[in-house]
Amino acid sequence: MNTTTSHKVSSTLHKVPPKKGSLWLRKGNKIAPYFFISPFFIIFGVFGLFPLLFSLYLSFHYWEPAAGLSAMEWVGLENYVFALQDEWFQKSIYNTVVIALKSGIPQHVVAIPLAFFIHTSFTRWRNTVIGVYFVPYITSTVAISLVFTTLFSRDFGMVNQVLTSLGNFTVADIHVLSWIFPVNNVDWARPEYTKDMISFVVFWRYVGWNTVLYLSALQTIPKDLYEAAIIDGANRYQQFWYVTLPLLKPMAFFAVTLTIIGNLQLFEEPFIITGGTGGIDQAGKTAAMHMYLTAFVESDFGTASAISWILFMMIAGLTWMNHKLLGGSNEE
Amino acid sequence: MITFKKTVVFSTLCAALISNAANAEQVEITVASFPNFNQVAEAAVPLFEKIHPEIKVKIVSTAYMDHHNAMTTALATGANLPDVMSIEANYIGRLAQSGGLEPLNVAPYNANEFYQKITPFTLAQGSDSDGNLRAMPADIGPGSLFYRKDILDKSGVTQEELIKNWDSFIDAGIKVKEKTGDYLLANAVDIKDIYIRANLKDGEGVYFDKDHNILVNSPRFKEAFRLSKKARMAGIDAKVSPWTNEWTEGLKRGTISVQMMGAWLGGHLQDWIAPDATGLWRSTQLPNGALASWGGSFYAIPVKAKHKPEAWEFIKFMSTTKEIQLLGMKEINAFPALIEAQDDPFFEEKLPYLGNQQARLAWKETAMKIPSVSMDRYDEVARQIVSDALEKVLEHDADIDTVLADAVKQIKRKARRR
Repeated sequence: MNTTTSHKVSSTLHKVPPKKGSLWLRKGNKIAPYFFISPFFIIFGVFGLFPLLFSLYLSFHYWEPAAGLSAMEWVGLENYVFALQDEWFQKSIYNTVVIALKSGIPQHVVAIPLAFFIHTSFTRWRNTVIGVYFVPYITSTVAISLVFTTLFSRDFGMVNQVLTSLGNFTVADIHVLSWIFPVNNVDWARPEYTKDMISFVVFWRYVGWNTVLYLSALQTIPKDLYEAAIIDGANRYQQFWYVTLPLLKPMAFFAVTLTIIGNLQLFEEPFIITGGTGGIDQAGKTAAMHMYLTAFVESDFGTASAISWILFMMIAGLTWMNHKLLGGSNEE
Repeated sequence: MITFKKTVVFSTLCAALISNAANAEQVEITVASFPNFNQVAEAAVPLFEKIHPEIKVKIVSTAYMDHHNAMTTALATGANLPDVMSIEANYIGRLAQSGGLEPLNVAPYNANEFYQKITPFTLAQGSDSDGNLRAMPADIGPGSLFYRKDILDKSGVTQEELIKNWDSFIDAGIKVKEKTGDYLLANAVDIKDIYIRANLKDGEGVYFDKDHNILVNSPRFKEAFRLSKKARMAGIDAKVSPWTNEWTEGLKRGTISVQMMGAWLGGHLQDWIAPDATGLWRSTQLPNGALASWGGSFYAIPVKAKHKPEAWEFIKFMSTTKEIQLLGMKEINAFPALIEAQDDPFFEEKLPYLGNQQARLAWKETAMKIPSVSMDRYDEVARQIVSDALEKVLEHDADIDTVLADAVKQIKRKARRR
């Protein structure tokens, strides 16, 4: 039906006799569509395609940027080799992977049951509840990170106040809880805590986003499946495990892909929490931060570009693996 | 009707011509700056425009890090370059060596005429490795030690003990810890930062010598690392970094009793960090007669700038006019680079916040003695690697000789295309 309509429309368009105007007008008719669509292509070309190709070009060059464009020097694959052998880059990759797992896995493990819970338990207030969970996602990263660094402040932070007050809780002169809670203030800036702290902030921030994704998937699952399951005697847990979860798989693929991409490019949270340095012993320096510091502190734009392409390849690889793992079932 | 139209067209044309003529007379220069250094320029512009009615000044200010990133990118592409570029001391080594800035010591600028008038060490900061001045100093940060006299008195530590040498400095810290429970230092890393800069001779660099040889694996660095570690082991540092909440709160509540930094810290303490502590703080020189500088700001002209002569007029006005240099001191505690400004009676004032010390005179004396340390393009790379090495020593108890040898290897690797 659609094709015939469009065919009709196009044939009517062709039937319109060309106006007896100037050459420009007749040509203009043909050019006009391109003219109207050009803003997208111009903007995409300038802000999308050009930087992409330029960074690829740059990754094969050594360039001291403050010396101007003419200072570029072709070095082939050296930047890639250099980056891969670089101790700091390896460490930043390790940090990224650890933070990605520590913040990524809990995100989904919590978001799926949470979405199920919100979906089944709230009717009238559902949107408000989702809204509350979604707020961290739309809040400025800078504000979030500043709030969390204040909360986790060693001497004046609320987290330590709560923990130590529990640790110092006394019954008959004995600190009964001191085996589980600290008695003295914990220095959250120490390298052994940095990654956990960043992971927690990232988890807190994106769990609501994933919940919304899963919730929207839940809403597409037909009610009669649940009704059938209930008739077969399935309890709530069985409904979740045998009906909901398998049908969430396509959304899980999408959400996990987004988490992989987002977490491997993690920059803002660790950057602000560690004050732009990566923290003591570089414990919180992610690969994206390493790329930024290589470019803007060491002013080695070539290596920084190479790092960005290495990261791209890693993300592409992981997404492909994820597709094999979660996305494959659709083809069956 | 037609005549009316004609009149309108005619008068618009005239207006356009007149405004064009006015534009031709007046040149607008752009000054790129960052907070709060921009405040000095903003305060000075009305005066400048009065003296130079032919020049209009537009100040564009962005956040500290954004500004320097933007300047790097602008130099890279040659686009959107300001006529006058403000540069902070942390970035001066890299930008001055880049070749993207005009050499100011030669014609038509001839900044060398002013060399005698400017604090010597800061000229070396603004110069490239060939000795060409690429950026004109505007303000400097002579190093000073600020301490809480009341806390030291309570602990029975005298100022002489505190600054006699580094070991006695650390012993003083142990006393303070025992008597009051307060920390002496914000971070043991501070000692390393000062020690590696202290007692350098004119022309020497911190991490590299003039021929770009790496100086990191040397007794100077080993001793700096040893002292930092000793301070950390003694438990006299609060393990906080400057400009964090813990740091400002520590200084405010007096749990950190000493801070070594640029003389401008006095202004920060008084204005917002510890405004209620009037009369409690004192300023003295760094331990062991160490001389160092913190921060400092510069003005430069990009090679591809459009209005170079006008830009130079503005820079001269900002850097070599006594009144403007004093204005900077009064506005944002920016210590003047111009010696003439340091001779003003303003410097003899007793400072109630520092217990009526004539601290500015002492800072001025320090400033004149600070050696002219040569800067290197890879200073920032080396700085990162060395602080990383020190963290290994402080956190993981690594061997000092091993980490320094590793640091040299890493610097060599990173600075591979010299």
